Amino acid sequence: MPADIANPRLSWNLAQDVSELLEYHFMTNALLAGAIVAVIAGLIGWLMVLRRETFAGHTLSLMAFPGASSAALLGVPAAWGYFAFCGVGALAIGRLSGGERRAWSEESAGIGAVQAVALAAGFLFVSLYGGVLGDLENLLFGNPIGVSDGQVLLLAAVAVVALLVLGAIGRPLLFASIDPHVAGARGVPVGALSSTFLLLLGLAVAATSQITGVLLVFALLVGPPATAQAITARPLLSLGLTVVFGLFVVWLGLGISYFSVYPAGFFIATISFAVYVLARVLVAARAWRSYGRPRRPPAPEPSPSGVIA
Amino acid sequence: MPATGLPRRDGPAVELDGASVRVGGRVVWRDVSLTVARGEFVALLGANGSGKSTLLKVLLGAQRLQAGSVRVLGGAPGESSRAIGYLPQRRSFDQGTRLRGIDIVRLGLDGDRWGLPLAPPWSAGSARRRRAARERVAEVIEMVGAGSYARRAIGELSGGEQQRLLIAQALVRRPELLLLDEPLDSLDLPNQASVAGLVEDICRGAGVAVLLVAHDVNPLLPYLDRVVYLARGRAVEGPVEQVITSETLTRLYGLPVEVLRASDGRLVVVGQPEAPAHHHDRHAHAAAHGHSHAHAG
Repeated sequence: MPADIANPRLSWNLAQDVSELLEYHFMTNALLAGAIVAVIAGLIGWLMVLRRETFAGHTLSLMAFPGASSAALLGVPAAWGYFAFCGVGALAIGRLSGGERRAWSEESAGIGAVQAVALAAGFLFVSLYGGVLGDLENLLFGNPIGVSDGQVLLLAAVAVVALLVLGAIGRPLLFASIDPHVAGARGVPVGALSSTFLLLLGLAVAATSQITGVLLVFALLVGPPATAQAITARPLLSLGLTVVFGLFVVWLGLGISYFSVYPAGFFIATISFAVYVLARVLVAARAWRSYGRPRRPPAPEPSPSGVIA
Repeated sequence: MPATGLPRRDGPAVELDGASVRVGGRVVWRDVSLTVARGEFVALLGANGSGKSTLLKVLLGAQRLQAGSVRVLGGAPGESSRAIGYLPQRRSFDQGTRLRGIDIVRLGLDGDRWGLPLAPPWSAGSARRRRAARERVAEVIEMVGAGSYARRAIGELSGGEQQRLLIAQALVRRPELLLLDEPLDSLDLPNQASVAGLVEDICRGAGVAVLLVAHDVNPLLPYLDRVVYLARGRAVEGPVEQVITSETLTRLYGLPVEVLRASDGRLVVVGQPEAPAHHHDRHAHAAAHGHSHAHAG
């Protein structure tokens, strides 16, 4: 028998608490949407961290503001606005940041310019709308408990598209991310892949902000990948751990928030941070313990033959 | 047998005939003719800005010639990119790059193949191919002597260790031609000598033609078949003892240049105009060259 929604109680019996959670449609929707988002944010965030494009990711997350305000103005669901503006923002960043021959200063200037104009557009839409954006708090901090069936379907569709594209371009994208010059010489279209990745990043950011809100997207986009990359340099294991950490963070955060009076976004971001810090501490402790011991026998350098000074 | 699946064509590894290149209105070099035979080890020398990397770009098909002709492995440049191992100018991986050396080498093998990254274990019929790929990667890592550190994150490795893994990456597809852009740059002297020796082993052992861009010929002296020297938009090619002489370099630079031989066999070039310190000067300099060539031609 479902407990009182207004006053859920933790029974300290895990199985009973979980089954209580799953009795509510809004909770299953939240857990489902959270899982979808954890997977795509994790995988795409893993590449974002590897490519050092967190500034682009941050700017794309702010696209939710013009996205939501234009959607309010047009009277369409906010999610449509999110996805539309994230896509446009990704294309603009791709054009302005120089593609293949990117220099960091040029790239960040281009992204900064896109960020400013997007926020300005959002401001304009809000004044045209003539009122206060109703769900400003949801926009900023997310509202996983309010995820509708339609939103779950939309997220699932976006995730399928993103995973298919990622599967098709994954290997050349990894090559171009880590080693653009050699990849280019091998005929990999480095510039086109860079733009495609920004589009994927836009999708992932828009999807994530449905759950965590604009301000907390990095809790899922950066936290789990950075944790996994701190632990291992093996790519497949790292990607696997990213998904596991993402699911852990989202589900635990949603579960705790159900039994608490505090919002889910807070728990998700805090758990994500805690997992990251814990991993860094464990890695540092491992390095500290092996400090002083040779990590490997010194490589036998071939004796320098020929002429040296 | 090349593993590239392409029919191996006849003809020398590299053949430039009367080639000229212009980049952004500036003539980089003109009327350059040179041949690198199969299995030959040739160094490409010259000061900064003399157009060494541009020459490699021409061979990769990334830069068009203004005049003359170029053939690479018997075909047009860019046609046989699968049979070329390319090591771009000194790049080092950021300390935070969390991929292993072995993954970097593996990307050299099949990083340009579309599909899932590092094929999932359940993909049918790929077990044999995966094993062959793993064995090939292990083989080249052994060949460059990187076995003891190939499983560590690439960002944690020293410059010399990274360079060996990058050479392994360039080798992993059994190329017929290796284009190495300053592989010895920013290595310490013992590492310069051992990487030069490694390249020679690869060249002789696998019959791979090597064109290696270098600043300093000394670490390479015991191994080279020939050198190509680029200066003032022109090139001279030949054996070391004919090219790196006071006479030839003085003629090439149009300035008095002296080549001294130290008692240990090292060559010291005195009076060679190095690249000017300021970019501004360098462009003015280059423009002046372009101008004089235009008149000469």
